[in-house]
Amino acid sequence: MERYLKVLRLFWGTAIAAELEYRLNFIITALISLGGLVGSLFGLFLFYRTGYQFAGWSWEEALLVLGLFTVLQGFSTTLLIPNLNKIVTQVQQGTLDFVLLKPISSQFWLSTRVISPWGLPDVLFGLVMIGYSGDRLGLTWADYGLALLPLTFGAITLYSLWFMLGATSIWFVKIYNVTEVLRGLLEAGRFPIAAYPAAYRVFFTFVVPVAFLTTVPAQTMLHQGGRGWLLASALLAIVLALLANRFWRFALRFYTSASS
Amino acid sequence: MHKALKIARVMLSVYYAYMVEYRAELVFWVLSGTFPLILMGLWVEAAQGDRFNLTPTELVQYFLAVFLVRQFTVVWVIWEFEREVVEGRLSSYLLQPVDPAWRHFFSHVSERFARLPFAFLLVGLFLLLYPYAAWLPRLDNLLLGLLATALAFCLRFLMQYTFALAAFWIERASALEQFWFLPYTFLSGMVAPLALFPDAVRAAVLWTPFPYLIYFPASLLINRPDHVAQGFAAMVLWSALFWGLNRWLWRQGLRQYSGMGA
Repeated sequence: MERYLKVLRLFWGTAIAAELEYRLNFIITALISLGGLVGSLFGLFLFYRTGYQFAGWSWEEALLVLGLFTVLQGFSTTLLIPNLNKIVTQVQQGTLDFVLLKPISSQFWLSTRVISPWGLPDVLFGLVMIGYSGDRLGLTWADYGLALLPLTFGAITLYSLWFMLGATSIWFVKIYNVTEVLRGLLEAGRFPIAAYPAAYRVFFTFVVPVAFLTTVPAQTMLHQGGRGWLLASALLAIVLALLANRFWRFALRFYTSASS
Repeated sequence: MHKALKIARVMLSVYYAYMVEYRAELVFWVLSGTFPLILMGLWVEAAQGDRFNLTPTELVQYFLAVFLVRQFTVVWVIWEFEREVVEGRLSSYLLQPVDPAWRHFFSHVSERFARLPFAFLLVGLFLLLYPYAAWLPRLDNLLLGLLATALAFCLRFLMQYTFALAAFWIERASALEQFWFLPYTFLSGMVAPLALFPDAVRAAVLWTPFPYLIYFPASLLINRPDHVAQGFAAMVLWSALFWGLNRWLWRQGLRQYSGMGA
């Protein structure tokens, strides 16, 4: 465990040192996040401006969901995209061999090798949005703290799904864009799940568990929805994390290396 | 003229063969464009209470049309061009007697044909979910809508290719597209038909090129034409503007180009 922490520190230290060479990038990504934020607010405003409400969600509560979505978006830019989207390159070029030879878990290496600070503006803007709407709703620190739990579960769920999709590249090298499909569907998390028609709600709860990523943490913060959802979200995260690990080991049995 | 047609035919068939080789990849690209379909769900649910001046049926039709138009106007030339410049591969294309722009253009066009069946399959699936929304465009609207879609594709290609030329001067030209993509997403009618925008915003947006890329062709396809002549005029004007800028940048850029790494 201690060894892993040490390795992680080295990984991230070098990655950040490398990324900081491109400081202009930081300004660009911050501006892009800001623009994205304004756009999402505009999108949400179009629904609320006539007095319509997503069933049971006031404007501030819907903002909370959007804030959580933005935080998760930042999380995936920081950790998931730079690492998991590279698995396919490793498979394609056969450099996965070197990863497998190292005396640490290959899943750990593939999932944490780099960190990209370019997701931080999103995390920051998301937190500001949560803070703003939480303030107007009279939320306390205890409420935010409580929501950390389902948010962590959501992040684990997201990671596991992403990792499993990335792992399929062991068999199908040419489908590097399969994670784009997941990203497209995750866009649904910008809005509370109650805003969708029944068929969509079923799909986004049971097929692609978007509901557990943003709606459940927001509900926990607002003390709505009950403990059942929290439990389900914990269960989902644990099952998916275990499954991702199993799936990776299973996939590795089919890895035959390339160009060596 | 005869030679140009021949080049076009050869390029189309070559790139078509290339595209259908990676069918699985294509299916995933189609599926990654589900954003309008997600918003369709939201708006249909919202319109149940008659609070917006559009019925659920109209909204389903609108967003399915948006999905199709979006599928036919997807452009990625900036990423390819940026790589060609940064890696110096552009040099070998410059030796050929055809402007490299056409190579990209025809690769996009032929990809449309390979994409066609999957896109329609997905639309069919959603018509099963909302059978009451099935509709047929009137013949004149259909023809105008197809023309508008084709023009929208050309305009979007032209705009992105113009930004791509910035690669001669800066390393990450694709950041420009990332900026541009934001107003494109939120103002083109992809998140909501323009009829649902506040009046002031709508009036302002109509002066930008964005609504003509999605909203205008989509509303023709669902038999709700909206200022047709004006729309086409705006598209032609914006195209002319970007064409001029594009050619100018191209000439300046070639002088700047050093064939790095080649």
